Amino acid sequence: MKRNLISLAVAAACAFAGSAQAQISDGIVKIGVLNDMSGLYSDITGQGSVVAARMAVEDYIRASKSTLKVEIVGADHQNKPDVGSNVARQWYDTEKVDMIADVPTSSIGLAIAKISADKGKLHVNSGSATADLSGKACNANTIHWAYDTWMLANGTGKAIVKSGGDTWFFLTADYAFGHALERDTEAVVLKNGGKVVGKVRTPFPTQDFSSFLLQAQASKAKIIGLANAGGDTTNSIKQAFEFGITKGGQNLAGLLVFLPDVHSLSLEKAQGLMLTETFYWDLNEQTRAFTKRFAAANGGKYPSMVHAGVYSSVIHYLKAVDAAKTDDGTKVAAKMKELPTDDVLFGKGTVRADGRKIHPAYLFEVKKPSESKGPYDYYKLVSTIPANEAFRPLSESDCPLVKK
Amino acid sequence: MEIFGIPSQALFGQLLIGLINGSFYALLSLGLAVIFGLLNIINFSHGAQYMLGAFVAYLSLNKLGINYWVSLLLTPLLVGATGVLIEKTMLKRLYKLDHLYGLLLTFGLALIIQGVFRHEFGSSGMPYPSPEVFQGVFNLGFMFLPKYRAWVIVVSLVVCLSTWFVIERTKLGAYLRAATENPSLVQAFGINVPRMVTLTYGFGVALAAFAGVMAAPIYQVSPMMGADIIIVVFAVVVVGGMGSIMGAILTGFGLGLVEGLTKVFYPEASNTVIFVIMTIVLLLKPAGLFGTQK
Amino acid sequence: MPMSNASPIVFKTQSFTHQWVAFAIMVLFFAIAPIWVYPIFLMKIMCFALFACAFNLLLGFGGLLSFGHAMFLGTAGYAAAHAAKVWGWNPEVAVLFATVCSAGLALIAGSLAIRRQGIYFAMITLALSQMIYFFYLQTPFTGGEDGIQSVPRGKLFGIFDLSENKAMYMFVLAIFLSGFTIIWRIVHSPFGQILKAIRENQDRAISLGYDTDHFKLLAFVISGALAGTAGATKALVFQLASLTDVHWSMSGEVVLMTLLGGLGTLFGPVVGAAIIVSMQNYLAQFGAWVTIIQGLIFVICVMAFRRGVIGEIANWLKKPL
Repeated sequence: MKRNLISLAVAAACAFAGSAQAQISDGIVKIGVLNDMSGLYSDITGQGSVVAARMAVEDYIRASKSTLKVEIVGADHQNKPDVGSNVARQWYDTEKVDMIADVPTSSIGLAIAKISADKGKLHVNSGSATADLSGKACNANTIHWAYDTWMLANGTGKAIVKSGGDTWFFLTADYAFGHALERDTEAVVLKNGGKVVGKVRTPFPTQDFSSFLLQAQASKAKIIGLANAGGDTTNSIKQAFEFGITKGGQNLAGLLVFLPDVHSLSLEKAQGLMLTETFYWDLNEQTRAFTKRFAAANGGKYPSMVHAGVYSSVIHYLKAVDAAKTDDGTKVAAKMKELPTDDVLFGKGTVRADGRKIHPAYLFEVKKPSESKGPYDYYKLVSTIPANEAFRPLSESDCPLVKK
Repeated sequence: MEIFGIPSQALFGQLLIGLINGSFYALLSLGLAVIFGLLNIINFSHGAQYMLGAFVAYLSLNKLGINYWVSLLLTPLLVGATGVLIEKTMLKRLYKLDHLYGLLLTFGLALIIQGVFRHEFGSSGMPYPSPEVFQGVFNLGFMFLPKYRAWVIVVSLVVCLSTWFVIERTKLGAYLRAATENPSLVQAFGINVPRMVTLTYGFGVALAAFAGVMAAPIYQVSPMMGADIIIVVFAVVVVGGMGSIMGAILTGFGLGLVEGLTKVFYPEASNTVIFVIMTIVLLLKPAGLFGTQK
Repeated sequence: MPMSNASPIVFKTQSFTHQWVAFAIMVLFFAIAPIWVYPIFLMKIMCFALFACAFNLLLGFGGLLSFGHAMFLGTAGYAAAHAAKVWGWNPEVAVLFATVCSAGLALIAGSLAIRRQGIYFAMITLALSQMIYFFYLQTPFTGGEDGIQSVPRGKLFGIFDLSENKAMYMFVLAIFLSGFTIIWRIVHSPFGQILKAIRENQDRAISLGYDTDHFKLLAFVISGALAGTAGATKALVFQLASLTDVHWSMSGEVVLMTLLGGLGTLFGPVVGAAIIVSMQNYLAQFGAWVTIIQGLIFVICVMAFRRGVIGEIANWLKKPL
C-alpha cells in the first residue's frame, strides 16, 4: 500500500499553542475526503483529492497565518451508497469530522447532503454531477462546487449549437443520470435553435457501442451527444474512432468528460471531442504553478476539475471557519455564502443562496495529436462562458431555500 | 428495402456487429464448456483470466515492446501456464469433494486476480492499439467495417471450429471424452488422465486469455472487463448445454446475433435478453439446447 | 459428497446445551456491545447475520448453493423503502410487506431453478439475479443508480420513534433474534430432518416417498423470505435502498460469510457475517485490498478450512453448534 490515507495532522506544521477565541469543537477542524479510491472515478477523484485538500490547508494557513488546527482523513466509498452513508455517519457520530468534501457519484452525494443536514454538519461537494444538490435536494448544510449537470448541458449544448453544431443525435446511458443529461442538453439545444434528429438508449453499462454508433452515423447528425459517463464514455469514444465516425465529419460531444478520461483514451482516439470543464491546468500562470506542485505530490498525474474543486472549496471553507469563529456546519455554510471567493484556480466567484458556487466555464476541443506538445496538453479553448451564465439561474431553481 | 421498418442495409450492419460480439461469447463459452466437460468444474475465474490475457498483452507491449502478433501466441501460453499451476496445486485436491467447492475456489481466485489488478491499475482502463495492418475500415457499402473486427470474426470461427474438430473428431479428443465418462477405465488403458485433465484446464484458460488479447484493441483494457461478461457467458453455456462444445459455439454466435437484433428494435433490453432466453430454454428444455441430461 | 460440515461428527448426546450457551452468549453480546461499539455498525452486522443464516438454511442444511441470493436482499430493500417512504407505512408493516414480496420472488425463482441440480442450480440463480439487477437498474421506482434515499424509519406500531438509534437497535435486535430462532426451530424440526436427508442422498429420500422438489422449494422460499427480512431491516437502518444490494457481488459475499463462519452450523453465519462486515469497515480505506482479502479467505476456506470458524469449534467440542 503506497500511501497511508489515515489522518494527516497538518497541525504538526503549525503547532501554535491554543487557538484562543474560536469555538472550534474539540479544538480541531476535521475534514473528511470521501470518494472513490479504487474504482471508476479513482483517477478523477481518489487519492488526488486528498492531496488537493492537504495542499489547500497548507496554502491557506501559510497565506493567512491562521491559528486553526486542521486534520484531514480520507475514505473510499467504493461507489456504494451504503458504504458511503455508513462512513459519513460514523465520521460525524464518532470521529468528530466537521466537514465532508468531494464525494463523486451523485447518489452518494445526495445521501451525504441529507445526513450532513440532519446532523448539523457541512458537506461541500466537488465530485457529484447532479444539479439537484443545489436544486430540489438543496439544504442549508450543503454547498455544490466545481460543476453540475446543468452547467455541462448548457455549456456544451449551447456553445456547440452556437458554433454550428445544430443537429444532434444522442447516445444515452439508460439510467437516471443518462436520462437527466440527455433531457437537460436537449432542452438547451432546442432553445438555441438546434434540432435533435434521433436518440438511442444504450443499456447501462455497455462495453460495445458499435451498433449504436452505426445508428448515429446513419442519422447524419453533425453532433453525436454522449449522455453517459465513465467507462461508457471512454468506450463510445474509442469505438467511434474505430468506426471512422469522426473522420466522416461528425463530431462527438462528451457531456461528462474529464481530463484523466482523455488521458486514458489517448489523443488519437479523442481528438475533436468537445467538452466543458470549469478548470484546466494550462489556463494561466497560476493554474500551471499549482499543477506543478500537485503533480509532484500525486505521482505525476495532473489535476482534474474535481481535484481543483476540492482545493478551492477547502480554502474557502477554512476562510469561513476563521471568519465565523466556529466549525458548526450550518453557521459556516452561511458564512461561505456571505464571503466572496477568490482562489488561484477558479478566480473570483460567489456561493449563492441555493448553495451553488459560481465561476466561469470553458468549452474545450480536444487537440489533434500533432497539436499537442506533451502529455496532458490536450485541450484548446474554444470559448469562455462567463460565471453569471454558466450555471442555472436562481430564478429557475427549485431549491426551497431560494425565496421567490 | 425495409425490414420491420429498418432499412435492410442498417439491419445487416447490425447483424454483422452482433456477430463480432458473438465471437467473444463463443470463444469464452468454448473455454468454459471444455473445462466443464472434462473437469465438471465451473471456472468462475474465466472472466479474470480473460482480463489477464488483455493485461499481459498490454504490459508486454508497453514494458517489453512485444507486439500484438507475438502476444497472440505468447500470452495464452503464459496465462495457460498459470492455469496449469492452479489446477495442479489447488483444483486437483477438490475433485473428490462436492463440485461446488471448485466453483467457490475459482470465484475466490477471480476476486484475488481482479483485486490485485484494480489495486495496481485503478479502474479506468488502458488503451491498446490495434495492429497496423488492421487499422482502417472495409467499405462494405451498407456500413464501414473496421478491419480489425473482421479479423476477430475470422479468427474466432477458426479457433472454435478447430477446437471442436480436435475434441469431436480426433483420437486425442476421443481420449478426452472417454476420460470424462470413465476416468479410471481410461487410466487403466495407460492414458495419463490426471495430466490430460491438467492440460485441459490450462487449454481452457489459454482460450480465455486468447479472447482477452483479441479484445484488447476493441475494448478498454480494464481490471473489471471480465467481471460482467462472465455471467453472460455462464448463461450462454447453460442455454447451449453445459457439456456440449458445439452447443457453446453456436449459442455464443447466436446470442451475438440476437443481441444485435435487440439493439436495433429494443435497445434497452439488450443486456437482459440472454437471461430471458435462458429462462425460456430452462422451462422448455432444461438440459439446454444441445445438451444431454447429466 | 454434499457440502456440509466436512467429515461426519459423531454426537454422543442429543442435548442442546451447547447451543443454548452459544445462543446466550450471542444475545448477551448484542445486548451490551452498543455501549462500546458504534450501534449502526452492530445493526449492520445483525442484518447481514440474518441474511447469512437464511442463506445457510438453504446451503448448509439443504445442500443447495444459490448464487443469486442478492435478489432477495435487494428486492425486499426496495419494497420496504418504497412502502415506508412513498406509502408512509409503519416500519413493522413495511418489513412484513417486503418479506412477503421476497417470498413471492423466491417462489417464482425457485420453481425455475429447482428443475436442475448442483452447479446448474447455482448458475440459474445467478442468471436470474442478474436479470433482476438489470430490471431494477432501469425501472424508475428504484431510483436507479441513486437508489431510494431518505427512507423514513417511522414509528414502530405508531408509537416508538425509530429515528432514535436506541429504539431502532431494539427493533433490529428483535427481528434478528426472531429470524434466528425461526431457523433454529426449522433445523430441529421434522422438516429440517427431511431437508438434511435430501441433502445427503436425494435418491434415497425419493425412494422413501418424499416429494423432494416440494421440500426444496419450500426451503428456498423460507430462505428467500428471511433474506428479505434482513434486506428490509437494513434498508430502514441505513434509510437507503440501493443497487449494491442486488448486485451479484453481494451474492458472493453472503456465500463467503457462510463459508467462513461454518456451513451447516447455526451460529457460523453470524460469526462469518461479523468478521466480513468488520473487515470491510476497518479496511474501507484500502479499497481493492478488501476484494483481494475476501478472495484469499475464499481460497483458504475451500482448500484448508472447510468447516469454518464455528465448524472447527464444534468439531473440537464434538457437539453441533
